[in-house]
Amino acid sequence: MGKQINVALIGNPNTGKTSVFNQLTGLNQQVGNYPGITVEKKEGICKLPLGVKAHILDLPGTYSLNASSIDENVVIELLLNKNDKDYPDVAVVVSDIENLKRNLLLFTQIKDLEIPTILVINMADRMDRKGISLDIPALEKELKTKIALVSARKKTGIEDLKELIINYKKLSTEPCMNASSMDPDYFNRLRKAFPNQSLYKLWLVITQDVNFGNLNRKNIDKNQDFRTKDEGSLKRMQQKETILRYKFINDTLKKTLTVDANAAKGLRATLDNILTHKVWGYVIFFGILLLIFQAIYDWSSYPMDFIDASFVWLSENLKEVLPAGPFTSLIAEGIIPGLGGIVIFIPQIAFLFFFISILEESGYMSRVVFLMDRTMRRFGLSGKSVVPLVSGTACAIPAVMAARNIEDWKERLITILVVPFTTCSARLPVYLIIIALVIPERSFMGFNLQGLTLMLLYLLGFGMAIFSAWILHKLLKIRSKSYFVVEMPNYKLPMLKNVGYNVVEKTKSFVFGAGKIILAISIILWVLASYGPGEKFENAEEIVTTKFRDTFLPEQELQDKIAAYKLQHSYIGKVGQAIEPAVTPLGYDWKIGIAIVSSFAAREVFVGTLATIYSVGNDEEETIKQRMATETNETLGGPLFTFASGISLLLFYAFAMQCMSTLAIVKKETNTWKWPALQLVSMTLIAYFAALIAFQVLK
Amino acid sequence: MKITVADLKRGQRGIIKEISAEILPLKLLEMGCLPGNEVELVQTAPFRDPLYLNINGSHLAIRKETATQIEIEILP
Repeated sequence: MGKQINVALIGNPNTGKTSVFNQLTGLNQQVGNYPGITVEKKEGICKLPLGVKAHILDLPGTYSLNASSIDENVVIELLLNKNDKDYPDVAVVVSDIENLKRNLLLFTQIKDLEIPTILVINMADRMDRKGISLDIPALEKELKTKIALVSARKKTGIEDLKELIINYKKLSTEPCMNASSMDPDYFNRLRKAFPNQSLYKLWLVITQDVNFGNLNRKNIDKNQDFRTKDEGSLKRMQQKETILRYKFINDTLKKTLTVDANAAKGLRATLDNILTHKVWGYVIFFGILLLIFQAIYDWSSYPMDFIDASFVWLSENLKEVLPAGPFTSLIAEGIIPGLGGIVIFIPQIAFLFFFISILEESGYMSRVVFLMDRTMRRFGLSGKSVVPLVSGTACAIPAVMAARNIEDWKERLITILVVPFTTCSARLPVYLIIIALVIPERSFMGFNLQGLTLMLLYLLGFGMAIFSAWILHKLLKIRSKSYFVVEMPNYKLPMLKNVGYNVVEKTKSFVFGAGKIILAISIILWVLASYGPGEKFENAEEIVTTKFRDTFLPEQELQDKIAAYKLQHSYIGKVGQAIEPAVTPLGYDWKIGIAIVSSFAAREVFVGTLATIYSVGNDEEETIKQRMATETNETLGGPLFTFASGISLLLFYAFAMQCMSTLAIVKKETNTWKWPALQLVSMTLIAYFAALIAFQVLK
Repeated sequence: MKITVADLKRGQRGIIKEISAEILPLKLLEMGCLPGNEVELVQTAPFRDPLYLNINGSHLAIRKETATQIEIEILP
């Protein structure tokens, strides 16, 4: 095995950098996080000729080395730290033929760091169509580099790139221009004070807000021989630097690039006319949202039903095959349903990311931001928050993951925090049964009252999400870029390979990231429900059998009674009874208390738990409904489920964070327990007080 | 009165004269918004905010408040 070459892929967003990465690594790639931050780290192995291997790191897209987000900081921190294990032996800058001018800005900066650099010009297949011709040898000479003309789409040029990587030692490390001419005096002093350091590296340390080892800005500022400048002057110098670089690039391209203007324009203008139109743009966008919603709400229900049935089948068969005992019970009732609870989300996640990657890849997502920015900005959200908020109506878990596409951290965090307010499909079973119980089946001005209530609950969820976003926007003190510059890339046909990789990668990150937490909590909940303190739990079977000895109950009904008795005296039952004083003012009794506690696993468990407690045996909706209607309120008298307590329960489920899977994914996406904890506490409080007020006013 | 990018009509073009260096983000300059370059207003969202521009071949969207900081000369 030969030496492994460290390669860093660098480039502007929308240059097809990821396509090049996918072509180089194939399935030998993995996605993780940079330590301590939420930036995705993509790396992979590429097999080069002669048995040499290259470690490819796909760095976050950036327009320059002047960082303005944590993603971009990652790029600078790596390129300035020679001790980093990922420090590149060779940098591959990916550019796109149609935006070569802008892409070269970053290239000239990388060259200044004196790292061996290869320039990839991607989308070379478009050159003819766009009337572009390029003098490659001349350009290589001017830029002091080697160029690979690549088309990731047509799969050409990748072998040339591999050839260049393997021969990286032959590459020039000389800068292609002299950036210090922006202020010769300043840079002369800098050179005198730090003779052993690269000048451009020093300049980046001075101007960028990043950490790297022993050479930090304080050390430079402290140096007596060197007088730095105030922030305003430094910013002007950075602007001068940019202008200087563009001047060099313009001069270079004038000599090497020719564009036949007649061939340009075309599809882009036509599509933009429709897709960003003041009316049609919105109509089309909402049409697409509807399609996405349909997919995760409706289409995914088929695979989900199948998964559900398979796990139930597996669990029941295991119970028969394995010897009875606590171990079998742990597997069949704890672990298998826990795993099922993870796998069941895969169809929704896959569908959502299938659509989102197509929207991103095609360049349409930028148009969405353009259309929605003004509306969403007022609430501290991004134009891109619309997709997570709408998909949250199906399930909060893929929706929270979809927030990854929001670049600005504050906007992304707010989106993640408010998404669980939208009415997800798991709330539906709870809503439907309670609405059926307490809302009369009558018409009001031609509308079905029950349907109207359901719609109000959906609106309430959305309203609460937007309102809390606005509050968080005012409260959260997070440094975020206060400006808005969004590139509107060219429309492209999405590449199936990229979409496929993205779907697989997102699904994997859910299963292995949040899945672990979900499995752990399901097992804990199973333990709490299957064990109880004291003799009553231990001898449940005997006690119940003795009690009903004279009534000759059918066997099934007796088993149901035993299950109900066991649950009442299990640990979770104790918790439900312990919180009874807290839930009585909301109009609930301890049975509902237990159902609320256990539905922390997932909201829809509420119905199943009530079914067990009322020992109705099956969770057929009609049966439970009839049984619930006969419940009486022990403190107030009269039926337990009245209009007041029903509305109180509806509001509780509308606002409460009753979903451990969501908490797990928020922990995964924000890399700390702080934000899911905040969600859990504040949403529970809001839910509690909303329910409290509703019951006390209506009773 | 200064004439800025925010005054362009759809499809109209101008030449960037001056940019308010202290206020504008460096990123905008990096995307090619430099004095002397040509700018075209491609599309506007409702209420003319944000604005969709083509600056020297770079297509980008910026908010109205940013656009008013870019002084231009409108091309006939």
